[in-house]
Amino acid sequence: MSAATTAPARRRLSPSSLARWETLLVLLLAALVITGARMSDVFISSRNFANLASSVMEVAIMALPMTLIIITGDIDLSVESMVGLSGAILGTLMVAGLPLPIAMVVVLVVGALGGLMNGWLVTRGGLPALVVTLGTLALFRGLANVLLGPTVISVWPDWFTEFGFGTIGGSPIPYTLVVFAVLAAVYWAITHGTWLGRQVFAIGKNKETSRYSGVPVSRVRTWLFILSGMVAALAGILLAARFSSVRNDNGTGLTLTVVTVVLLGGVDINGGKGSIPGVVLAVFVLAVLQNVLRLVGVSSEFQGIAVGLLLVFSVIVPQLARQANAAVIRARGGRRPPAGPVPTGEVNAQS
Amino acid sequence: MAASATPKAAGPSLVGRVTRTLGRSRELTLIALMIVMAGLVTAGAPQFLSPGNLGQVTAMAAIIAIVAAGEAMVVMTKNIDMSLESTIGLVAFLVGVLLRGSLPVPAAWAVGIGVGLLLGMVNGAVITAFRIPAIVVTLGTLSIFRGIVFIFAGGKQVDVADLPPGYTDLATDTILGIPLFVIVAAVIVTAVALMLWKTRFGRQIYAVGSNAEAAAILGIHSRTVTFAVFALAGMLGGVAGVMWGIYFGTIYATSASGVVLQIVAAVVVGGVSISGGTGTVVGAALGALFLALINNALLVLQMPQELLQAIYGAVILIAVSADAFLSRRHQVVAREVRA
Repeated sequence: MSAATTAPARRRLSPSSLARWETLLVLLLAALVITGARMSDVFISSRNFANLASSVMEVAIMALPMTLIIITGDIDLSVESMVGLSGAILGTLMVAGLPLPIAMVVVLVVGALGGLMNGWLVTRGGLPALVVTLGTLALFRGLANVLLGPTVISVWPDWFTEFGFGTIGGSPIPYTLVVFAVLAAVYWAITHGTWLGRQVFAIGKNKETSRYSGVPVSRVRTWLFILSGMVAALAGILLAARFSSVRNDNGTGLTLTVVTVVLLGGVDINGGKGSIPGVVLAVFVLAVLQNVLRLVGVSSEFQGIAVGLLLVFSVIVPQLARQANAAVIRARGGRRPPAGPVPTGEVNAQS
Repeated sequence: MAASATPKAAGPSLVGRVTRTLGRSRELTLIALMIVMAGLVTAGAPQFLSPGNLGQVTAMAAIIAIVAAGEAMVVMTKNIDMSLESTIGLVAFLVGVLLRGSLPVPAAWAVGIGVGLLLGMVNGAVITAFRIPAIVVTLGTLSIFRGIVFIFAGGKQVDVADLPPGYTDLATDTILGIPLFVIVAAVIVTAVALMLWKTRFGRQIYAVGSNAEAAAILGIHSRTVTFAVFALAGMLGGVAGVMWGIYFGTIYATSASGVVLQIVAAVVVGGVSISGGTGTVVGAALGALFLALINNALLVLQMPQELLQAIYGAVILIAVSADAFLSRRHQVVAREVRA
C-alpha cells in the first residue's frame, strides 16, 4: 500500500473524527443536563453542582496521567490501591503526630516510588504493564491492609476536611475542582503543546520507530508511571479529606471508573490517540450521569452496571465507526485500510 | 509452543541445564517449593499436616484450580478475563436462591453452570465481534455481573438454613480418604489438560496465542477459538461458583470479590506466560494449591491475615519477573548451543 495515498486520507479523517467524538460528548453532556433539570428540581442548584463536581475529582485527576499511559499503549491498574495506601500512610503518620502537610509530602513521595516500581518493572523488566500493575494492585492494597488493619481513622483537622468538601467562599466551586483544573491545564499544555506530548503519541503509535528516532521511550514510560503514582497518592489525600475518614478499603473499584472516563474521552485503548479535552469532558459526563441517576433514585448497585456498560460502549462505538469507515472506503473501491490500530510503520518510513 | 515440543537437548553447562529445567518445568519447581514450604510450616506448627487442615487447604485450592484452568486457557490465547470472580459470585448466589426455592440440587447446579457458560459467551461474543481488547470488556463485565448480583440480592443473603440439610457437608466429604472437591478438580483439570494436549482445538489455542497471524494462515479461526475459550472459562467459573456455594453455605452479594487476583496469580505462578502461547493447566492448578498453602501457612503460624493480599501481589510480580528472566536466559543458552 503506498503511503502517499493513505496518509492524506488519514490526515483528513482523524482530526474531524476526533472533533466529532468531542462534539458527541458535548451533546451527551447537554442531553444529560437537560434530563437532570427535568427530572429533579434540585439538579440546577449551586449546592448540587458542588456535590456533583467534588464527587468525581479523585477519578478526574487520576484520569489525566492514565490518559497519557493509555496513549503510550500501557495501562495502570494499581491506581485504586495507591489511593488506599496513600490514605493509610497519611492517617498513620498523622496519628503518630507528624504535622499533616509534611505527611502529605511523604505520601506524594511514596506515590512516586510506587509508580517508579511499576515503571521499572515494565521498562527495565520488559514485563507487560497489565500484569505488573495487577501485581501492584494487590501489593499496594495489601500494604494498606497491613498498615491499618481494621482501624478507621476519622479525626482530621478542620482545614483538611474543609479542603475535601468545602467550596471557595460563597461560590459553588469546590477546592478540589481547582486542583483538577490546574492539573488539567498543565496536562493539556504539555500533551498538546510540547515535544514531550508528541513523544508520548509517538511511543503509542510505534515504540520501535520512536526509539530509532531518538525518543527516550523507557524514560518517558517510566515517568508516566511515576506521575500516575503521585497523582493517585494525591487522589488518596483528596478522598481522605472528602470522606474525612481513612479505611483500608478506600478507593476500591476506582480503577474501573478511571479507565472508563479515559476511554469515554475518546482515547484509543490500542494507544497512539486521545486528547485531554476529551477526557475532561468525559469526567463531567460521568459526574452528571451519576448525579442524575442518584437524583432519580436509581440504587447505587445499578451505578456499577452503568459504569461497566459505559466502559464497554465507549470502546465498541469507535470500533464500529472504524469498521463502518473501512466498509465505506471499500465500497468506493479504495484499498481496505487495516482493521484495528493503523500500523504507522509506513508513514514513518516515508519521513 | 515450539520450544516445549522439541525434545530435550543437553545444555552446555550445569547452570544452563538447571535454569532450563526450571524454565521448562514450572510444575516441578512449584512442587519442590511446596514441599520445602510444607516442611518449614510443619516445623513451626505440627497441626499443619493434620487431615482436617489439609482438607481445608485443598477444598479452597480445588475451587481456585478449576477457575484457574479456565483463566489459563484464556491467557494462553493472549487475552485475560477479569470478570470470573463476578461469575463465581453470581452463580453461587443464584444456585443458593434456586435451592431456597426448593429446586432439585442437580437442576440448580445445571442452571448455575449454564449461567456461567452464558456469561462467558457474552464476554467472548463482545470481544470477538467488535475486536476489542479483553481487558476492557472483562473489566466492564466484572462490574456489570457484580451489579446484577446486587440487584438480584436486593440487600439480602443466602443462609445455610435455606439450603437442603447436609448440603454443605459435600465440601468436607471424602471418597477413599480423598476430599470430594479434590477429585472434582483433578478430573476437570485432567480433562482440560488432555484437551489442550491431545485435541485439535487444544493445539489451536496455543497457536492463536503464540502467533495469531500464522494461525490464521494455517486456517485457524482465531475468533472462534477465542470465543470458545471465554465460554469455557465462564463455564468453569460456573462450576467454581457452585462449589463456592457448597463451601461457604452463606452467600452474600459481595461473595468472591477480589478473587480475580488469586486466579490470575495462580495462572501466572503456574507458568502460563501472560504474552500467550505457553503454559499448562496443571501448572495453573498447582499455582492455586501453592497460594492456598501460603494462605493456610499464615493461618496456622498465626501470622496476620492482612499480609495475604500483599503476598499475592509480590507472588505475581516475582513469578512474571522470573518468567522474563528465565526466558531471556533460555534464549541466550539456545544461542550458545546454536553457535
